[in-house]
Amino acid sequence: MRKSVILGALTVAGLAAGAAHAATVDDIKARGKLNCGVSTGLVGFAAPDAAGNWAGFDVAVCRAVADAVLSDPGAVEFIPTTGKTRFTALASGEVDMLARNTTWTFSRDNDLKFEFVGVNYYDGQGFMVPKDLGVTSAKELDGATVCIQTGTTTELNLADFFRSNNISYEPVPIETNAEAQQQYLAGACDVYTTDASGLAATRATFENPGDHVLLPEIISKEPLGPLVRHGDNEWGDIVRWVLNAMITAEELGVTSANVDELSGGTNNPEVNRLLGTEGNLGEMIGLDAEWARRAIKSQGNYGEVFEKNIGENTPIGLARGLNAQWTDGGLIYSPPFR
Amino acid sequence: MADTSFVRTEMLPEQSPPLTSVGVLGWLRANLFSNLWNTILTVISLAFIGYLLAGLIPWVFQSVWVADSLNECREVMNATWGDTHGHACWAVIRERWLQLTFGFYPSELYWRPILAFVLLFGALAPVLFPWAPRWLLYVTAAYPFLFPWLMWGGTIWAPLMVAAGLAVGYFAHKFVEPILGGLAGMIIAVLAVIVWWLFLVGPLSGVLASIIPIGLEPVESRNFGGFMLSIMIGVVAIGVSLPIGIVLALGRQSDLLIVKAICVGFIEFIRGVPLITLLFVASTLLNIFMPPGTNFDIILRVMIMVTLFAAAYMAEVIRGGLAALPKGQYEGADSLGLDYWQSQRLIIMPQALKISIPGIVSTFIGIFKDTTLVSIIGLLDPLGLSNAIRADAAWNGIYWELFAFIAFLFFIFCFGMSRYSMYLERRLRTDHR
Amino acid sequence: MTTLTDPPKESFRLSMLIYDTRYRSLTIQVVAMMGFMLLAAWLINNTLTNLATLGKPIDFGFFRDPASYDINQRLLDYTSRDTHLRASFIGLLNTLVVAVLGCITATVVGVLVGVLRLSSNWLVARIMTVYVEMFRNVPVLLWIVLVMAILIESLPAPRAFRGEEPTATMNFFDTVAVTNRGVYIPEPLFSRSLGDISLFGASSMRFNISLDLIAILVVLGVCIFAVRKVTARANRIQEATGDRPTTWYINLGILVLPMAALLVALGFHLGYPALKGFNFQGGTHLRNSLIALWLALSLYTAAFIAEIVRGGILAISKGQTEAAGALGLRPNRIMSLVVLPQALRVIIPPLISNYLNLTKNSSLAIAVGYMDITGTLGGITMNQTGRELECVLLLMLVYLSISLLISAVMNWYNNRVKLVER
Repeated sequence: MRKSVILGALTVAGLAAGAAHAATVDDIKARGKLNCGVSTGLVGFAAPDAAGNWAGFDVAVCRAVADAVLSDPGAVEFIPTTGKTRFTALASGEVDMLARNTTWTFSRDNDLKFEFVGVNYYDGQGFMVPKDLGVTSAKELDGATVCIQTGTTTELNLADFFRSNNISYEPVPIETNAEAQQQYLAGACDVYTTDASGLAATRATFENPGDHVLLPEIISKEPLGPLVRHGDNEWGDIVRWVLNAMITAEELGVTSANVDELSGGTNNPEVNRLLGTEGNLGEMIGLDAEWARRAIKSQGNYGEVFEKNIGENTPIGLARGLNAQWTDGGLIYSPPFR
Repeated sequence: MADTSFVRTEMLPEQSPPLTSVGVLGWLRANLFSNLWNTILTVISLAFIGYLLAGLIPWVFQSVWVADSLNECREVMNATWGDTHGHACWAVIRERWLQLTFGFYPSELYWRPILAFVLLFGALAPVLFPWAPRWLLYVTAAYPFLFPWLMWGGTIWAPLMVAAGLAVGYFAHKFVEPILGGLAGMIIAVLAVIVWWLFLVGPLSGVLASIIPIGLEPVESRNFGGFMLSIMIGVVAIGVSLPIGIVLALGRQSDLLIVKAICVGFIEFIRGVPLITLLFVASTLLNIFMPPGTNFDIILRVMIMVTLFAAAYMAEVIRGGLAALPKGQYEGADSLGLDYWQSQRLIIMPQALKISIPGIVSTFIGIFKDTTLVSIIGLLDPLGLSNAIRADAAWNGIYWELFAFIAFLFFIFCFGMSRYSMYLERRLRTDHR
Repeated sequence: MTTLTDPPKESFRLSMLIYDTRYRSLTIQVVAMMGFMLLAAWLINNTLTNLATLGKPIDFGFFRDPASYDINQRLLDYTSRDTHLRASFIGLLNTLVVAVLGCITATVVGVLVGVLRLSSNWLVARIMTVYVEMFRNVPVLLWIVLVMAILIESLPAPRAFRGEEPTATMNFFDTVAVTNRGVYIPEPLFSRSLGDISLFGASSMRFNISLDLIAILVVLGVCIFAVRKVTARANRIQEATGDRPTTWYINLGILVLPMAALLVALGFHLGYPALKGFNFQGGTHLRNSLIALWLALSLYTAAFIAEIVRGGILAISKGQTEAAGALGLRPNRIMSLVVLPQALRVIIPPLISNYLNLTKNSSLAIAVGYMDITGTLGGITMNQTGRELECVLLLMLVYLSISLLISAVMNWYNNRVKLVER
């Protein structure tokens, strides 16, 4: 890694030289910053505040990884990406990981050569309609005008759904959620469709949320999760297990409040292994013993992150639903720390 | 015989013109109600203006300035006017105007972009205003090196070493020319500069920085945003594209067939495709074109592509300037026995560039406006930031206020520049005709 | 005294490549060519290496795969099972539609505003100045977004037309519905249609041309030809005898009667939009995205055209007008015979570049979700297939061809205007 020198007059950048495909974690350590691709702005998941600090559900994953690797939750460069630029940014090595509610699909995993390290939100595509339209099922939407956000799998699911049910519709593709929301509220479309979490988040910010209903159909599976490039398994493992650590922490009752107390040693060996007081899990993953403890301490466990950013006490008000721990009947399930 | 003819010997007192052709009334008659058709037009126009203002004025002035979120704004509106429509919530601008201006540039370092902006006027003054003092020319000469240093920070040695490259080239030329002759001297000088910039600047400035560490806190270019980003892309693109544009314009005018073909091909290609496709190249392809392992960050990539874009337009502007010069200037230069480069440097270019300045200014306005396109590839220029701000739960659903603010600022900038360009055109015209 | 003789013939030396002006230009060209080739080779080599590392060799095969997305505005038949190539083609047609509509409107508005800026009415001239400055100095992307927002917010939704006491009604005797989803206008229908002819079989470029349209165009062409013949004959008689026969009723008859007969034969009638279900059905639907883009692009470009027209008119010296007046020409004839032909020479070249700009700016359609070629090929297709290189290159190629085509046509026209004028 050469010391980067910027010759702005020639617009020659400091080259982050070295192989982009090997030893990402060494690059990150040398750089002192994690480059994390997030969305350009999605309520509850990633948005900058007035001081330019990013916050949100996806952002917390980035910060947790940065804290585990670099011992500093602030050592993250957030790189806003659009639906179009996100995969190139990751493939070209511009970002080290992508935490930008991206759906895990076969072709993205194999054709685009990315590695999805897990799922941090189970979502599905839903429909929102105004209550006074009197629609109770998506199958009654024959001839309706549908607002969709482009650049996602949404438009494909929608085309498939209407085609397989043999009903017609008028798609209105829209670039950003904010625009879609405006068109929907003005009645320029009858239905707004995107991931159910996005719908709920959008509805929560309406002047009169009660005037709109979510239809019961969920027409697709959208497992959203962080992803990294193919070909660097060590780095993939780190991101995967930071996510798993947050999930396991919730399962075991480790929170940001009690993590210091618990790392003094407990009777539960798995908690001890997670927090680095027993065994050498940190060493196996190429980090120090306290990696998970730091991440949990600064960002909280999965449940805390959820509640803080998109949970029922926030304006977005999402219920845990599928994203409850498996012990509570949800799908959030981490392999054991052993 | 008495002379009955009458000759008046003194002037009659001047009579005041009829009331209907002077003063306010006369002006109104002449300009607004001169005939039926004009009267109808005037009435329609007045109705139109009235309609617009009736909607706009309450919205702009019956507005909320202090609130922490859109909901709070709505509550205040409900409490004050009893309904939430037709009132602006300027509180979002109050909270975010710094971000819309500077992006994520560290707030304690705001003096740097501001200083760079002020110095820009100092640097441009000798070119733009004839009455500017001559010492400002030194600012002009130093500015290309000062500007990146102020914006990106880092050690001062890097821009100094880059500047030293020019001295290296000059000395190389001076020493080689007497030995090998003019053209070889030129080639070797250019080669020396390239070698210096590519291979020696980095290590040398690194060494010097470790010996005498003078520098500013480095700022990553992805922290640039808002209007600062728009202005920067515009300034860098125009500044860098000027020399490229000159070369391309000369190439296009040249008699050398292959050189001409390459230049024409480049110019027509760039001018034939929309900027957005070039930005797609910047965001998705430029890294693929570079050697493996190279990694420019996105803002530099965008600057490169916008510079290429500007260069093609600049070449056409300068070509216009070259074409506008009377043929006698070229012939005069030839008859003095000047060679090609001498005549370009001493006779042609100074005049051609001077004629082209209004064109350059309008190219700059165009590029500056086009920088809004970078929001489409996810950069946080004012438009991109407006999306990011609306993604904040507190401001979700706000719309017109942000756009009004952005449009207003763009208007101020561009209108100012275009007025200046008109003034310049008038000034240049008196010089030349 | 020595006599001057030809210098002895020098044998060719290597240094002559640099110092001899006969060879120098050749040397420079060869060096430039080599430099260019090296640069190109370097770029291509880098690209191939990088693509190989990414495991994505250049391959246009994905164009034959189903696109799997729907396009709302399609001039030709298209479903989500059609190929990516077909989707791109539909997008290309949409680009052309908005570009052509935009150029026409921009010219009309621009000329109008340019003339009105010179109006003697102070208020009108000022309003036009404000319009021109407002549009020229604010980015076109912002205008597109703003116009879209204004359309959406200020026009009634279809549901406002519904119910016992609708808050909105249709215009023009219930034939046109202006909603915030777009404008529904009556569509021409033929009950005894001649059918379509299909070009290019079942390929992605398949193209149906309505025979009705062809019939109408043919009849129109023949009529116009006949009218020109009649006018030419009238001119001949006028030149020979000084009397001009009255021809307007003949011309009107030639234009109207065959067309009316044809339309009756084809069973022409209008299909009116009517509110059914969620939306208006029937009629032609001009979508909001099209209108917003069209309006914003034409108003933006018109501001530039207005300045060009104003400059062109001002560039004609007052002496021309006065001389024409001295010849006894009436004011409108002065404009059409003396001022405009000369002004056109000044106006047309910058006008061409404004048409080009408008066409290129139409690529901002994605901001309002208009599915032009940037939205299909450079948008969803690129996004779903991950083939950035192929898509972006093709996209550039398409725009480049359109631009070159427009400049070629307009330059041809420009040359014609020049010839007529000189």
